[in-house]
Amino acid sequence: MRNAVWIIVLGLATLLALTASGLAHDAAFRAHMGILALLLGGGTIYLLRVSDKPAPVIDPDAYMDGPIRLGTIMTVFWGVVGMLVGVVIAAQLSWPQLDIGPWFNFGRMRPLHTSGVVFAFGGSALLTTSMYVVQRTTRARLFGGNLAWFVMLGYQLFIAMAATGYLLGITQAREYAEPEWYVDIWLTVVWVAYLVMFLGTLVKRKEPHIYVANWFYLSFIVTIALLHVVNNLAMPVSIFSSKSYSAFSGVQDALTQWWYGHNAVGFFLTAGFLGMMYYYMPKQAERPVYSYRLSIIHFWALIFIYIWAGPHHLFYTALPDWAQTLGMVFSIMLWMPSWGGMINGLLTLRGAWDKIRTDPIIRMMVIALAFYGMSTFEGPVMSIKSVNALSHYTNWTIGHVHSGALGWVGMITFGAVYFMVPRLWGRERLYSLRMINWHFWLATLGIVVYAAVMWVAGITQGLMWREYNDQGFLVYSFAEVVAAMHPYYVLRMLGGVLYLAGMLVMAVNVYLTIKGRVRNERPLVQVATHLNPAE
Amino acid sequence: MTLLDNHKVIERNVTLLLVLSLLVVCVGGIVEVVPLFFFKNTIETVEGMRPYTPLELAGRNIYMREGCYLCHSQMIRPLRDEVERYGHYSLAAESEYDHPFQWGSERTGPDLARVGGRYSDQWQVEHLKDPRSVVPESIMPSYAFLASTPLDFSHIDDDLVANTRVGVPYTADMIKDAKADLIAQATQDGAKKDLQSRYPKARIEDFDGDPKQVTEMDALVAYLQMLGTLVDFSKYDEAGNNR
Repeated sequence: MRNAVWIIVLGLATLLALTASGLAHDAAFRAHMGILALLLGGGTIYLLRVSDKPAPVIDPDAYMDGPIRLGTIMTVFWGVVGMLVGVVIAAQLSWPQLDIGPWFNFGRMRPLHTSGVVFAFGGSALLTTSMYVVQRTTRARLFGGNLAWFVMLGYQLFIAMAATGYLLGITQAREYAEPEWYVDIWLTVVWVAYLVMFLGTLVKRKEPHIYVANWFYLSFIVTIALLHVVNNLAMPVSIFSSKSYSAFSGVQDALTQWWYGHNAVGFFLTAGFLGMMYYYMPKQAERPVYSYRLSIIHFWALIFIYIWAGPHHLFYTALPDWAQTLGMVFSIMLWMPSWGGMINGLLTLRGAWDKIRTDPIIRMMVIALAFYGMSTFEGPVMSIKSVNALSHYTNWTIGHVHSGALGWVGMITFGAVYFMVPRLWGRERLYSLRMINWHFWLATLGIVVYAAVMWVAGITQGLMWREYNDQGFLVYSFAEVVAAMHPYYVLRMLGGVLYLAGMLVMAVNVYLTIKGRVRNERPLVQVATHLNPAE
Repeated sequence: MTLLDNHKVIERNVTLLLVLSLLVVCVGGIVEVVPLFFFKNTIETVEGMRPYTPLELAGRNIYMREGCYLCHSQMIRPLRDEVERYGHYSLAAESEYDHPFQWGSERTGPDLARVGGRYSDQWQVEHLKDPRSVVPESIMPSYAFLASTPLDFSHIDDDLVANTRVGVPYTADMIKDAKADLIAQATQDGAKKDLQSRYPKARIEDFDGDPKQVTEMDALVAYLQMLGTLVDFSKYDEAGNNR
């Protein structure tokens, strides 16, 4: 019987989950373990159903693309889900009647949105592309047999457990580290497997050098492991309880959390995606990376400096001043290695700038780098303490995060997915190039609306809170500032709708490409049949 | 440039690349985080701070469960407008028993670090049930379901034990009488004196106005009503805690 070991393991895990559900301390844990049992049971049944089919013949010299194909589909799927939830919570801030308690209140939906986009969409993209890139740059098959399947499916299970937990109210209440202790332990297991798979593939490489994209992927995997483990140290109330208490408290807990939180941005959303940029950008442009030396310098500088920047989330708080100052200095320094990556990416196009006009995938990657440059400049500005005094706690921060997440992370991922899909499914080209163009403009317009609205909203908010009249009294009550935000919240939601629309266009395009359809369409750029004579 | 040429050695050796990048990313965290566990002004103790009562702790867990921290901060910065709007700036010691901290990062709603005692229990209950009935501009979701959900405190002593394991000084008595203390605080019948000697300044009230049962509303309001009330700032020595 095929997969006998996996069927037994999954079956036993299902039983364990059911037992845990029965012994649960609290109602949330009971429901959550029930969901886990359903998922694992479903997996067991699926494996049993395919167990009599003959095992596919595996060519040990060929690349392992199965998990990558699944990961590509999941990336697009989670992108749609995460951004849809984003639009919903933006609407809830505009019209609070849309909060449907307890499960669909803003407070439970917001982690669903952030984790949905960062960890589900971004994480699936990182897993998928790293598996694709490491094989092609080492000319070696992924290490560890079915390990890559374990990593990809295990990660999806992590997402499903985290997401359902949020709606049930299971949370550590640490931003971007909301999953509770048992989900964290599972992610640790998956992550170690991921590190082993990635390192193993590097070890058996057939190229003498490790390509720069892999340095970034490796540092991302290692650092996320470190951050995740330390930040989630906690004491569960019982092994049958969904509740745990953080190992640290107060100031120590705050800095540990933002050391984690900022480097989730630095290593998850930056280093990992730079690895993506370093492979797909030169491949799509058919040009080598601009500067090898620049990539060495900015790689080491980036990973060294990023980790120091966490305290900029805690300016003027009870965190000691010396730590705040260190955080500010390093955040400003971070501007340089960040722009090193942008410059290295953009100048890869030297001598081929016309591709921005002719190739919508290149255009997507270029705008990604432009937004990366923009938000890595805005970040250091906001890390100046006197600027932060105004911007902190306001919507400006939300705008900043989104210009990075929608502009950089989203766009570079779209570029990579458009690059991979025809190659992974053996299609001559994508279903439609014109639809990429539509996606590009919808997304760009969406980001511009979003970021501009949030700048105005954030600065308005910050100024209204501190507005004094000539008698020295505060002018506005808090509620008046909330009311003033309403038009901005509505406009921000519209920016999100545009971006989501682009994502849906992509989903259709990818789906039809996988189905093997090719759209009969006018070429995007009319190829000149003759050269214009010079005057 | 010979230095950069030597990079060949690193990029041909997986182990070296792994170890070096791990070392490089460790430096910042070690320099910034580790001293916080030893420096006086971050581990200061301030008179008045005490662990949460079992009812307040249960309320705090509801605060976290509902994601209140996503819109409300609990950290007043020493800036003129914040101190005037919200009260004395927050001290490090005021979150010393907070596992985890709830300082927050956004003020979609106002700061709550010193909301305790600012409004009556009835106002808090009304506001949680139907925010726009008391603050027309509010965009907060309704939490009416808390008032009809009985508080599950069957394992509240385990919660106290877990807290002691991460350093909160709950005594053996506090753990033994956790359930009794919880009931006493929310229903006003029970050993009030014991509760108040164990947890000074604990408010003993029927928080949700429903004497029949202890609800999640009782717990959440008990927590909100104690926020920022423990330290007596008329006795606080500001100069002694310069940071």
